[in-house]
Amino acid sequence: MGIDVRNKVNPDRIRRFQDYANRIRPQKTVGINLAWAFLVGGAISLFGQGVMWAFEHEGFSSQAAATPTSIVLVGMGALLTGLGWYDRIVKRGGMGGSLPITGFANAIVAPAMEYRSEGLVLGIGAKLFTVAGPVLVYGMAMAFLVGVARYLLGTS
Amino acid sequence: MAVQRSGESSYQIEGVYLGQTAAVVGPKEGEGPLADWFDRIWPDEGTRYPSYEKAEQALLSEAESIALDKSNMTWSDVDVVVGGDLLDQLITTNFDARSHSRPMLGVFSACASFTEGLALASLILGQGGPSTALVTAASHHLSAERQFRFPLELGYQRSPTASWTATASGVAVLSTRRSDLRIDSLTIGRVLDWGSHDPNDMASAMAPAAVDTMVRHLEAMGETQAHYDAIVTGDLGRFGLTLAQHLAAEEYHVSLGEKLQDCGEMLYDIQQQDVHNGGSGPGCSAGVFSGYFAENLRSGRLHRILLVATGALFSPKSYQQGESIPGIAHAIAITRQEEGQ
Repeated sequence: MGIDVRNKVNPDRIRRFQDYANRIRPQKTVGINLAWAFLVGGAISLFGQGVMWAFEHEGFSSQAAATPTSIVLVGMGALLTGLGWYDRIVKRGGMGGSLPITGFANAIVAPAMEYRSEGLVLGIGAKLFTVAGPVLVYGMAMAFLVGVARYLLGTS
Repeated sequence: MAVQRSGESSYQIEGVYLGQTAAVVGPKEGEGPLADWFDRIWPDEGTRYPSYEKAEQALLSEAESIALDKSNMTWSDVDVVVGGDLLDQLITTNFDARSHSRPMLGVFSACASFTEGLALASLILGQGGPSTALVTAASHHLSAERQFRFPLELGYQRSPTASWTATASGVAVLSTRRSDLRIDSLTIGRVLDWGSHDPNDMASAMAPAAVDTMVRHLEAMGETQAHYDAIVTGDLGRFGLTLAQHLAAEEYHVSLGEKLQDCGEMLYDIQQQDVHNGGSGPGCSAGVFSGYFAENLRSGRLHRILLVATGALFSPKSYQQGESIPGIAHAIAITRQEEGQ
């Protein structure tokens, strides 16, 4: 199924066009994007670390402090999404905004807000995980594989 | 009235005229360089409506009302409505049509729907069918984002070649009643697929179709680009303009130069408004034509233009399944009747 046949166009003409398009296509500014991702992702992580220290200061052990810290960060991500600000953070910070747990909250809350016009069941219910779904599916699949490997290797 | 075929899919039209036009746009479009040319600018994206789909319908129906008011017409004077939009099953056009209940032809060529509508209406009016048609197209940035991309509040980065679906609607009255602006000729586009795959770069998918239609139109009419004050594409954007100029020059030996303009490139201040490649959507060419170009033809600043709206014919499913993105473009030439002609 060659496109030259479909279009009755000289394939060389298509190749020349695509070559030219590839040559002049505006590219992402990778360097600047990486710097922003580092700053934004770093700032969120720093904030999370601060929250964790605050819980430790209140007498939580460092292991016990992790859970309430996650809850605070998820709450922050959800709040900022609801206020319509989180998408601006990611627009600037890219993966630096998407990857931390606040970004996961954004990926859940954004569809929840989006699909409420289609109802509680077929809207929010069915589409809540449209963005975060792959993370859950492959995250759980990987956790299963690692668990099996650990069992087979006999480490506990 | 007459329609004369010329070449494979080009037609010369006699006795069909462009009457009044109207354009209603969103707030971002109203901050762009063409703000003064629109009939109405919304203060927000339509948050007063229960959904952005409903907002898009309202955008369309407002432009229709303005066009009818300007023409001193009521809905009963409209013999047929020819319109299109981007949303699945043409819900904007069809749901708006249940309020006016006039005979309706829904069309889809994605962002080329407006010129498909103009071409279809010109052909049927020119052959003694209906005598007055309303041609419409609309798009809304947020309803298009919902359908084609991600939930609105989800953060993500747009690529530099991505276009910004315009919140805009454009409506044109076509009539067999004589007026200053005449529908001159048209070319029905064909679907071309040159193997582009990136939905964030529709310019590469549409530029071949735009140039193909343009060149076939000029050949069929025995014209050159010198016969037009402007050759206007729909939403190729900044990158697409460069591609189209290069393609026309290198492969077809047509030097378009400054004559080639693009509604999507004109609608926004691309640097200041952060729209990357420029505007897109059926409402983009419809709004910019109905506002800016139609007014400039009426005032005599332009005498003859070729509007070549461009469409990328993909769906979210088709590109997820790995299909390439076909493009289409329909062309329509509009001429100002000089005194005594």
